[in-house]
Amino acid sequence: MKPNRTLNIILTTYVILIFVFIFSPIIFSMIFSFNSQRFPTIPLGHFSTEWYQKILADPDVWDAARNSLIVSSCTAVIATLLGFCTAYSDYRYNFRFKGPYLALILLPPTIPLIIMALAMLAWFSKIGMSGQIYSIVIAHSVLTAPFAMAVIRLRLSQMDPDLEAAAWNLGGSEWATMRHVIIPFCKPAIFSGLFLTAAVSFDEFAVSWFVSGLNKTLPVLILEIVQGNIDPQVNAIGTFVFLISMTLVVLAQIFFASRQMKSF
Amino acid sequence: MNNALVTFDNVQKNFGKFVAVKELSFEIYEGEFLAIMGPSGCGKTTTLRMLAGLEAPSSGKIHLKSQVMNDVPPHERDTPLVWQSLALFPFLSTRENVEFGLKMRGVDKAERKERALKWLDKVGILDFADREISTLSGGQKQRVALARSLVMEPQILLLDEPLSALDANLVIRMQAVLTNLQRELGITFVYVTHSQSEAFAMADRVIIMSEGEIAQIGKPKDIYREPANQFVAEFVGRNNILSGTVTSLEKSTALISTSSGEFKVPTNSVQLTKGQNTSFVISADLVHISLEKPAGINVVFCKLISEEFVGSMVTLFLEDAEGQEFKVQMQERELSKFDLSGGTEIWLSWDAKSAHVIREY
Repeated sequence: MKPNRTLNIILTTYVILIFVFIFSPIIFSMIFSFNSQRFPTIPLGHFSTEWYQKILADPDVWDAARNSLIVSSCTAVIATLLGFCTAYSDYRYNFRFKGPYLALILLPPTIPLIIMALAMLAWFSKIGMSGQIYSIVIAHSVLTAPFAMAVIRLRLSQMDPDLEAAAWNLGGSEWATMRHVIIPFCKPAIFSGLFLTAAVSFDEFAVSWFVSGLNKTLPVLILEIVQGNIDPQVNAIGTFVFLISMTLVVLAQIFFASRQMKSF
Repeated sequence: MNNALVTFDNVQKNFGKFVAVKELSFEIYEGEFLAIMGPSGCGKTTTLRMLAGLEAPSSGKIHLKSQVMNDVPPHERDTPLVWQSLALFPFLSTRENVEFGLKMRGVDKAERKERALKWLDKVGILDFADREISTLSGGQKQRVALARSLVMEPQILLLDEPLSALDANLVIRMQAVLTNLQRELGITFVYVTHSQSEAFAMADRVIIMSEGEIAQIGKPKDIYREPANQFVAEFVGRNNILSGTVTSLEKSTALISTSSGEFKVPTNSVQLTKGQNTSFVISADLVHISLEKPAGINVVFCKLISEEFVGSMVTLFLEDAEGQEFKVQMQERELSKFDLSGGTEIWLSWDAKSAHVIREY
């Protein structure tokens, strides 16, 4: 196609604007986290790490960070395991009601979070499991498993359909084949799934807020601080959360890309 | 020789209502190179997969020596398969691919490496032992697949159209590699292919399948010269097939009247009766051409339609006045003695012994 100069300029500007809209609040939040003044106003005061020192000294922040870390890492492992099992069952077997089975698995992210959160709360209270750290883990695993399943399923679809049978043919039992062929083949997707689900869980606010009880995660803590007063600590915590999620997403993408390049 | 290693006893395989393989019975002898050939969908690959345990027969029994194999899972069989797709493990190196089967059988690390290297050397790709599979060429991958199966030192090796992805030159080279290996090792090879040239070039015996059944089983030469039925005659190709009525019978020859004239055909062991409809074939390479009318019988007057060059061989396509098609195959240097062009009228003739009556019509 012939490159159109005007169209090119318009599209480039459009993309730049989108990035500005998305990232400027975050960048401002980062800038204000190093600002000495209490209120986010311009002109800025001087450079300061006061707010960082404050949050590091705050046991509530440490608790929330610990909770977030536990929740997101447990969620990542459980959700990726669930995602792998469903993706493999879809790849390997044909059965009646496979369509509804897959739809059911992919359902959670399509439900409005607030409804999902309320439903989770109601259900956990009913069976006496609400307000625990593992309640958040369970809720997040349900919510994020479809993401892991999607990446692993994509990887399995790139696999030579004879590969598994070739391993049986060479004397591998079903379990040995799973261990020595299926899992190594899916490894990049499994890592991608781990980081992706960890990132989603680490950021998730609504469900955590409803089911967490006294076990606040970082996003829940941020909301509580903001509700009380204007505190630049929020900017410091926000920067920290943003950097962690970004790292996880980037790692997920790196594994995703390495897998694309080495696809056969 | 001629000890049955594998016996198929009335084996049938249905996929739903579709019958892929129909009451198949045959034997695979120890140490032979057997090719199973047929058009796609004839059940040849299903037959091979049943032998490897990747499909279970719907009925009938498959024996390996005296053992019934029907319920033995694939990983407990010693029937390595060379896949059409090769199915190499992309996340393993060349050597690790070859070691895979030994690892599954619990062979220790040092021995695995030694045996893998020995076989990589045997198939001529020792230099590539530590390379990634994705960096190998088609022919090299083919050799890895071969080494990966042979390293198991099986009694029987199964090959499912292993050369179909290679270019023509490489196919000829790999054919030589395969036949040499088979002779040297004395292993039974079962080779599935749709390619007549591959099957005839390598196999001791060929099974031709059609719609899940055996159309003919025999030595390549017998199948080529004496096709048992119309299907084989057509599938094997480069055959002239004529149909007509038996007008008179002698001791060992019949006179068959066709639209192209009357021909003398040896009956061999086929029971013919006067007035019966039948067909016979003459291989295209056994037909002679001449510009003058030759003496004797078995002569047809034809018009040249087209020529097809395949290296040093030429196939002439001709038609007689009745529209019956004829094919003649000959050396290019022989053909150059004649001055032929499209539409040239020539005489075809053949020795009565060259014709062969087709059993079923």
